[in-house]
Amino acid sequence: MKAKLVGSLFAIAVIGAVAFGNINRRLIAHAASTIVVKGTVKIQGMAPRGTHIDMSQDPKCGHSAATTEDVMTDNGSLENAVVYVSAGLGDAKFDPPTQPVTLEQKGCTYKPHVIALRVNQPLNVVNSDQTTHNIHPSPNNNRELNQSQPPGVPFTMTFAREEIAIPVKCNIHPWMKSYFAVFKHPFFAVSGKDGTFEIANLPAGTYTVTAWHEKLGTSFQKITVGDGETKSLDFVFKAPGS
Amino acid sequence: MQAKRLSALLAFLLLCAGGMAQQSHIGNLAGHAGAGKGLYRRYCIFCHGAYGDGTGENAAYLDPKPRDFTKGTFKCRSTPSGSLPLDSDLFDSIGRGFHGSGMPSWRALTKQQRADLVAYIKTFSPRFEEEKPGAALQMTAETPNKPESVQHGAELFQNMNCWTCHGKEGRGNGPNAHGLTDSKGNPIAPFDLTSGMHLKCGDSSAAVYRDLMTGLDGTPMPSFSDAMKPEEAWDLVHYIEMLQVSAKKGLVVKAAEKGE
Repeated sequence: MKAKLVGSLFAIAVIGAVAFGNINRRLIAHAASTIVVKGTVKIQGMAPRGTHIDMSQDPKCGHSAATTEDVMTDNGSLENAVVYVSAGLGDAKFDPPTQPVTLEQKGCTYKPHVIALRVNQPLNVVNSDQTTHNIHPSPNNNRELNQSQPPGVPFTMTFAREEIAIPVKCNIHPWMKSYFAVFKHPFFAVSGKDGTFEIANLPAGTYTVTAWHEKLGTSFQKITVGDGETKSLDFVFKAPGS
Repeated sequence: MQAKRLSALLAFLLLCAGGMAQQSHIGNLAGHAGAGKGLYRRYCIFCHGAYGDGTGENAAYLDPKPRDFTKGTFKCRSTPSGSLPLDSDLFDSIGRGFHGSGMPSWRALTKQQRADLVAYIKTFSPRFEEEKPGAALQMTAETPNKPESVQHGAELFQNMNCWTCHGKEGRGNGPNAHGLTDSKGNPIAPFDLTSGMHLKCGDSSAAVYRDLMTGLDGTPMPSFSDAMKPEEAWDLVHYIEMLQVSAKKGLVVKAAEKGE
């Protein structure tokens, strides 16, 4: 009788300790900070030129001058690099996102080529073409799915875990490629056509900032930012073969 | 009385700690992972591996590769694409086996043994503890298998782009067929619908319908649940069944020669 009582109390104590430990997670109030981290992602060396994509297999894709988008450069700048804070945030939690992001299938290509979004943020997939696509992300750390999508039929999905980055394809149009970079926190950006990126509202502290590119790899730097600071940060990737 | 209550509470807490994924429920059967473990080591480990990741010692000689249970991704389900399978889906897969692969039919094992294996297999992926399977597919009654249905199915086969992988005549030789890979990056061939071979997830009309409406996760075969209405899916099922029959009678070849 006594042994049973002790055993039960022990179990309750264990459960209690686990629960108490979880309460201790830091909650960073996502108050507006004036810190900005911005810069340019560049490529050094001869950038490989995109090859023309033959879409004749599906006339409904339209006559397309599209080229492969593995490495998109413009006068030394590198597009579609995902720049993000990879360390320094601890296990802080942030307000969940409400705005959806949109991936469009147009001209049998994905627009944009690389999307960065938050865990559990809705991703609206839109088919603006006259042909049926299928949306097929192949994650390592999230659920894999494969959904056929006729013209105009909407489809929304979310990803439950952080993953940089999930390759996405269409099985019907094998040249179509995209990447989803899913983050637990809001401090990320995708470099634009001119290679520039900007990450705002970062709390003061010391961080590691990483730049990821689908073909050229990753590169990281450590920064320390104080209140009101605008930090300049550039990344340089070497072109393959240079 | 107090002691009984407390020990009941303790038992309940221990059960929760053990994880509900350690059980499986198929109809009236309840399977237990503890019993499944011994069976797995006897029958499954050589292909599926000690960690359930598909890297058993036989795996190097197999194509397609044994299922990696740690991903929680399965081909034959009654649930939407991306979702975990139902216990009954796994139970049926073990019993049926997978034609065209190294996975045999395990009907030689008793139903209880298969249920126990399902419970054990679920312990390989944390997804079974974190998520619930999606809603099971609502099977609608099959529409009449009339020529109009088959004709409409043929149109859908064209418009839904099935032919890009499965070929214009369903022979599995579409323009994309050579480059297809599964989610592990291994080459995978689209099914030759004219071969008369058994389909992986079952041969019945209902099984083909389910393949269309849930897709085969981990492969290039998508789910058409958002793309087709149930009647349209049944039309496609009828067309596919026509292809299967036609192969045996050589009708597909004749039709192609006539330019149809």
